[in-house]
Amino acid sequence: MNTYTEKIRELASNLLREGKVDLVIGFKEGTVPMATAPGIARTPEEAEGFVWDVNCSLNLTNYLTNKKEKIGIIAKGCDSRSIVNHIIENKISRDQLHIIGVPCTGMVDKNKIRGLFEDEITEFKEEGDAILVKTAAKELTIEKQDYLRGNCQTCMHRNPVIHDDLVAEPVVEQELEDPFKDVKAIEAMDADEKWNHFENLLSGCIRCYACRNACPLCYCPTCFVDESNPQWVGKGQDPTDIRTFHFLRAYHCAGRCTDCGACEDACPMDIKVRDFTRKLVKDSFEIYGWEAGLTLDQRPPLDTFKPEDPDEFIK
Amino acid sequence: MKVIKIDKNDWTRGIDKSRETYQLFGPVTDKNQSVFKQLGKEAYPEMGRTDTIMSPKSVLFPQTEKILTASLDESVENHHIMQMPETDTTPRAAIGIRPYDAKAVQLVKLNFDTPEYRDTYWCDAYEATTFVGLAVNKPSATDFSTSMGSGPFAEEGLDILLVDLEDHYLAKVLTPKGEAFLDGAGFNGVADTDASLKTIEGMKQAAEAAITTKVPTDKLKDKTILDLHSAPFWDDLAFSCINCGTCTFVCPTCWCFDIQDETKGKSTSRFRNWDSCMSPLFTKHGSGHNPRGEKTQRVRQRFMHKLKYFLDKYDQGSMCVGCGRCVEKCPVNIDIRSICNTMNSYEPQK
Repeated sequence: MNTYTEKIRELASNLLREGKVDLVIGFKEGTVPMATAPGIARTPEEAEGFVWDVNCSLNLTNYLTNKKEKIGIIAKGCDSRSIVNHIIENKISRDQLHIIGVPCTGMVDKNKIRGLFEDEITEFKEEGDAILVKTAAKELTIEKQDYLRGNCQTCMHRNPVIHDDLVAEPVVEQELEDPFKDVKAIEAMDADEKWNHFENLLSGCIRCYACRNACPLCYCPTCFVDESNPQWVGKGQDPTDIRTFHFLRAYHCAGRCTDCGACEDACPMDIKVRDFTRKLVKDSFEIYGWEAGLTLDQRPPLDTFKPEDPDEFIK
Repeated sequence: MKVIKIDKNDWTRGIDKSRETYQLFGPVTDKNQSVFKQLGKEAYPEMGRTDTIMSPKSVLFPQTEKILTASLDESVENHHIMQMPETDTTPRAAIGIRPYDAKAVQLVKLNFDTPEYRDTYWCDAYEATTFVGLAVNKPSATDFSTSMGSGPFAEEGLDILLVDLEDHYLAKVLTPKGEAFLDGAGFNGVADTDASLKTIEGMKQAAEAAITTKVPTDKLKDKTILDLHSAPFWDDLAFSCINCGTCTFVCPTCWCFDIQDETKGKSTSRFRNWDSCMSPLFTKHGSGHNPRGEKTQRVRQRFMHKLKYFLDKYDQGSMCVGCGRCVEKCPVNIDIRSICNTMNSYEPQK
């Protein structure tokens, strides 16, 4: 058992035993290789089922929306920033939360790892920074660092920004030459190339809305695509309607997205939906010097007005 | 029983020949994702794939299908009168469909082809289709088809069962439709029936034995709906569900749809789209009331429908064929195998 798992179990059990929280939200072991399942513990015994590994990619903040109980929650850097968002947007109060922070060194890109093999993965075992992956036909030891998710590669906030406990000492933050290389590559495309890029990006979309539903920001009681009176968007597989959904969803995340990558993790069709939100992360940073979810003391730029706000775009 | 031997060197030529008569559907890779769809002129079914992410249900039941259309231009005849659009019911063949997916088609048929109603769109497509199955030599770890009335070599719903023997296929001819397909493709090398069937039987037993997941369903029939419905475990099972539609869309037996009208200029069309019981909108009434407004109710509905309501209504087993796609693709690892276990072993407190 890794030390993170041990510490998470210990902290969660104590919280429940001492009655400091009603429940703890964490990850439990999955039923197939490379899977973990978000789960709750209401008793110290149940907290013994929590695990931590490189597949704890989803963002548990998603389960906090409008909860009334006192909750313990496990949070990586990006998740902790989403919790800040939730508090700022009044979806939960700080007093209700006991945050067990996890200094994170990244989660892995499951599809990239699956791509190494012809057949299905039957075993997946972390050994320090290396991972042993087995299929019926072959066995590989890979370096975790080479298979990080896109958002983990460019992450600048691996340590939780808000927490009540930490499961380990803070990790060293990454120093990146240019965190927005990927966005700039798309910005450099001409109009046709961009069009083709995004058309190709969305061509496999089945509109299951897993990206939206895995996103902690997408907590609207009724999403605009689900409005039926009036109905804003067609429901079928018309590419215009598919695009409308993705474009609008992305814009709803402007200045709020912490690039946690839950959307891409959840997508059954491996669509890189972060290509949309990354641009907004970059714009928020460049225009307003804003990174979402870093502080409880400042309103996000898109829900405030200041006379000195940049306005070059309307000149 | 006739068995045809198809040398793999002849496979491509036969597939090309069959295109003269059939529109072909099969497993192909699209942007690194394995999907089951209509094959382009140059494309061949990828027979080596373990499985497709999306089931072949779209061959008969497209995610979006235009079912009626009308002109709103008052100067033309029959304006404002909905009519069926031209539909293509020329022969098609689903190549490399897996046995559990063929079984799924038979289960879906119970819904679209009933003594009272015949769904023209689905039934016409069904009748036009020849199901050229491919036995599963190496079942995946999430395959539990043998627990669900199917299996890696099951024949229900197939016209042909192909068995892959490295350098050749043995094709078990199961129906006249299957025979016609093989004729059309020029596959006519008759194999020694007894010897072939013996080989196939051996492989079948090995493949079935390789499926180690057993999911008991034996007690579901005798449980009352209300006991299961009010069982205490649903909240916990549903906790992690994010209510996306992945499980229902990848499922070969989820048949629910939604009807939508779309108008542009002077023409209007009526579509049917796949719908998902995971969506709150699925049951929202015109009045605003929603009988399944809470997540737990929707999760319960999916599993009760698959494993209990369907069983009670049709007495044809459960509406799950054990393909394992939802297990594989659920973003939060909700596993129908463990839920089925929970339901099957549940004893209500009296």
